[in-house]
Amino acid sequence: MQGPAPYRLSFVLLGIALVLAWLLNISSGSVNIPFSEVVSILSGTAAQVDTWNYIIWDFRVPKAFTSILVGGGLSLSGLLMQTLFRNPLAGPFVLGISSGASLGAALLLMGTSLFVGMGSMSFLGDVSLALAASIGSFLVLAVVMVVAQRVKDTMALLIIGLMFGSITSAIVSVLAYFSSAENLQRFIFWSFGSVGNLSPQQILLLTGIVLMGILLSIISLKPLNAFLLGERYAQSLGVSLKRSRFIIIIATGLLAGGITAFAGPIAFVGLAVPHLTRQLFDTMEHKVLVPAVFLYGSILMLLCDMIAQWPNSANVLPINAITSLVGAPVVIWLLVRKRKMLF
Amino acid sequence: MENKNKTILSTKGLTIGYGPKMVAKDIHFVLEPGVLCGIVGVNGIGKSTLLRTLGRFQPKLSGSIQLEGKNVEDHSPSDLSKKLSVVLTEPPASKNLTVGELIALGRQPYTNWLGNLSPEDQKQVQDSLDAFLLNELKHRKCHELSDGQLQRVLIARAMAQDTPVIILDEPTTHLDLYHKVQILKMLQQLAHDQQKTILFSTHEIDLAIQLCDKILILDGDTNPFGDPCELIEQKHFERLFPMEMVQFDAKTGSFKITK
Repeated sequence: MQGPAPYRLSFVLLGIALVLAWLLNISSGSVNIPFSEVVSILSGTAAQVDTWNYIIWDFRVPKAFTSILVGGGLSLSGLLMQTLFRNPLAGPFVLGISSGASLGAALLLMGTSLFVGMGSMSFLGDVSLALAASIGSFLVLAVVMVVAQRVKDTMALLIIGLMFGSITSAIVSVLAYFSSAENLQRFIFWSFGSVGNLSPQQILLLTGIVLMGILLSIISLKPLNAFLLGERYAQSLGVSLKRSRFIIIIATGLLAGGITAFAGPIAFVGLAVPHLTRQLFDTMEHKVLVPAVFLYGSILMLLCDMIAQWPNSANVLPINAITSLVGAPVVIWLLVRKRKMLF
Repeated sequence: MENKNKTILSTKGLTIGYGPKMVAKDIHFVLEPGVLCGIVGVNGIGKSTLLRTLGRFQPKLSGSIQLEGKNVEDHSPSDLSKKLSVVLTEPPASKNLTVGELIALGRQPYTNWLGNLSPEDQKQVQDSLDAFLLNELKHRKCHELSDGQLQRVLIARAMAQDTPVIILDEPTTHLDLYHKVQILKMLQQLAHDQQKTILFSTHEIDLAIQLCDKILILDGDTNPFGDPCELIEQKHFERLFPMEMVQFDAKTGSFKITK
């Protein structure tokens, strides 16, 4: 297969787009800061207004960085799932992995107070929320994987993923019914999705998780390419199926689970970005697709976050709604235009 | 053929099946380099099961399979990928691969951890493209190809894997007569010119009789194996199908409908 070399120009363009999106993202927000000021603050000069300095460095830069991690990571996990499940419609949302994370979060935020009582709320830090959501998504991923082994039909797999979504949302509704208004609100805000409001420690943890996911994807590049032929062909090429599958699932679970835990369930990014990327990079080579999908996802997330952060207004729209509004039409457009979604 | 006496792939008393369910037993054959061998038999007799067992996709029930003087189970996965390549009935999972990309994947056993192609790998890919007349299709996507073209690509991929043994499961299904003959002739050429041992299952018994060096008949009983002419003389093809429906004509080497 061709290496990344012929796509150098596309990568340069994507890189420039990422920097632009990042600058745009940072320069927009509820407080109107002139673009020239943003640039000078970023380059280290003190701003005319003290609070601007604070807004940029303590709020917008971490948020933009989180957007990059979230968008890139979710897109990468979508790519891994599409290759692993040999299914163009696979993604963290469709396969119920986000639902699993929601269930974990819901059980923690609303369930514990039901069973343990309010006393336990004090030690429910954000780390435990991340942990609960990650465990939830890993469990669903494991079950989907077991089912995928038995059910060869990819359509059945998607339906099973949807059913998982239904089951978890049913359990969440039951929990919500018995939950206190305060806990319910916490859960609902989590489920809106957000790339802001992360503490430096959380961002550090998320960076670690995403880096781990990227590293595992990189060591799986060759098996991922072999999986494009199907599992039997991959096996005949000397790929150790169990080991490779395991590594890819761990990478997917870390990326989708970890990100959902910190940023909430963010729809469609994982499903749509790999397809959008293939419009630009007409190849199936994972050496090209893995970095390209990550870049593309980051850019898209920066832009979605910018829209959510409606310029010059105090309103912050739920980012999950924005990504759905952007992502769902994209999927429909791809299906209608190509008739058949290929991966 | 100077290495006529060298055995590359052989089975002895091989029984195949799934867990407790036995599909076929007492399979014996011995294949040398440069031999094109067809496996024939009625539907459900175990042709695909045999090929899957040889390719180590499923365990054998008993007996032995020897590949280059070693039990096939004793080869490590990466070792086996340099000895035996396969062409399966299932299409590639991603039909968005280009012909060139798909064939290059055949070089995976030889490439580094990133899968970068060395000049030697590129030469092998190019040779495979040339051998199967695929140069003009190199940049086409697999979903744009006809069945016959796709089959050629999959066989070219197996050739690029550069293994002494290639096994193919029904490489000629869904093809018209012309393309069936084309594929089988290419396989014959590959076997004879490059001293590959090629084993394939087929329903085209008359074509197999004309083109193969050896034939294995799976009949659920003695599973005769040998030169096509010998098998005809020993009247093994007559017993393949119920006589009241089709009859084998030994003179032409083909089946006729019983009137």
